[in-house]
Amino acid sequence: MSETPQFTDSEMMIVAAARALKGARTVFVGVGLPNVACNLARTTVAPDLILIYESGVYGAQPERLPLSIGDPTLVTGATSVISMADLFGLYLQRGLVDVALLGGAQIDRYGNLNTTVIGSYAQPKVRLPGSGGACEIAINAQRIYMIMRLSPRSFVQQIDFLTSPGHLSGGDKRRELGMPGKGPELVISDKAILNFDNPQREMQIISLHPGVTVDDVRANVGWDIRLAERMEETPPPSAEEMRLMVELDPQKMYR
Amino acid sequence: MADKRLTMQEAIARYVQDGMSVAIEGFTAFICFAAGHEIIRQRRRDLTLIRMTPDLIYDMMIAAGVARRLVFSYLGNPGVGPLHCIRRAVEKGIPAPLEIEEYSHYGMVGRYMAGAMRMPFFPLRSYVGSDMPSVNPDIRWVVSPYDGEQIAVVPPIRPDVTIIHAQRASPEGDTHLWGLLGCQKEAAFAAERVIVVVEEIVDEGVIRSDPNRTLIPGLIVDAVVHEPFGAHPSYVQGYYDRDNEFYLAWDQTSRDQTQTEAWLDEWVYGVANRGEYLKKIGEEKLARLKPGTAPASPVEYGRYA
Repeated sequence: MSETPQFTDSEMMIVAAARALKGARTVFVGVGLPNVACNLARTTVAPDLILIYESGVYGAQPERLPLSIGDPTLVTGATSVISMADLFGLYLQRGLVDVALLGGAQIDRYGNLNTTVIGSYAQPKVRLPGSGGACEIAINAQRIYMIMRLSPRSFVQQIDFLTSPGHLSGGDKRRELGMPGKGPELVISDKAILNFDNPQREMQIISLHPGVTVDDVRANVGWDIRLAERMEETPPPSAEEMRLMVELDPQKMYR
Repeated sequence: MADKRLTMQEAIARYVQDGMSVAIEGFTAFICFAAGHEIIRQRRRDLTLIRMTPDLIYDMMIAAGVARRLVFSYLGNPGVGPLHCIRRAVEKGIPAPLEIEEYSHYGMVGRYMAGAMRMPFFPLRSYVGSDMPSVNPDIRWVVSPYDGEQIAVVPPIRPDVTIIHAQRASPEGDTHLWGLLGCQKEAAFAAERVIVVVEEIVDEGVIRSDPNRTLIPGLIVDAVVHEPFGAHPSYVQGYYDRDNEFYLAWDQTSRDQTQTEAWLDEWVYGVANRGEYLKKIGEEKLARLKPGTAPASPVEYGRYA
């Protein structure tokens, strides 16, 4: 057996997210770590993956790591550049986004996200960025993957503000409300992969990253986290995945 | 058509008055900092600032005290972190309290579209299950007269002035823009007045050689300002890169109001115009922001005489 390469939490998250994009046709990309993950997927499990950026770029092939989602490197060489009206109306609302990657300051057991305020809206303790496109993305993208580090401050019993709907109060709530997308499907964290594959649509651990125990996850989640009937260990990054990540992010900005 | 060229100083003095609503649009790209700085220099007050992503430009303007109200959909220093000045205004009322009115991105785009088309509202598939409508009474619901479905609507927005930055325009204001299109077209058509700021003024013939690239017609433009590098530290596709170092440095500068004011004193109040600002930045830095070349293949429109 070859020696397992050393890897960081971020690298494990990038690799897990990239692998989960197998089979996706289009992905709505965020900057930072999700951007590295999508570009890794494009060179590994999903060579035909079309990257869509919220700034209005369809089919981007960035030549450098973009700091912002509006970086000019995304425009040069892209398949198409579209107005925000077309992006949200013709691509997202039309149902052409297979997977969208989201994150937030707080998430609850049903995958509802808060990116608006900590504390009350009128007198916020911390004023966060707000929705951006997340609210309509959460409603309209076919599937949502959350990319978030586990922490008791982020994975909370009760979010302070519901910016972007996940499975709301659980069960079939999204369908009852007529939401086009299926909602949160995966949570890719620094310690484990979680999904919502049960009738309540409640977050559950399906895979622990190498060396992580259930108690490590429990200590970082603000409610009694559910375990899937069968849990696996996340395969660590392969030597090839490690090599490609170094190529994508040579200065280790997000790894 | 009339030659609409004005200096930035003239354009702001003529079209931006205290108490007005102003939209300076451009999503990460084409953000006209030159116009924002001139508004600060002319000490406008009580403005309603409208923008999907307030970005550093509104962070600076709000720190300088020009605004009473902010209408937006994403408050962040893109790829870096929070907008400290706006957070200070919202959380602590420094330098003055700031009213906020908040939508999602598509909600803001929809508001511009309804404003541009002179429609009473814009319907969109958003806000279902979200707390946003509970803190913004202008996000409402209508029932489709066709199938009874309940759908979210947002009201039109019609800024007193929209300011956009682009690569080139004719003296009459016919404007070519390529790169991120954002919501500049919708924001311009929604406005009562439009100021276009460009890297280059070109003959009408250049515009007519590529009519598909004309985003804004001179018909709705009131002033054309020639201001090279007017979008720095934002960028103009093909002309200069985003100054990411600036965006990272602002994260430090803006953490403290006194420090921010010192920056404004030096870089905004301390210079008479954009030309002086650029001289202060220095040619070496500006040269570093020049991208390599990647021209489009020419297109053939055909001659049908």
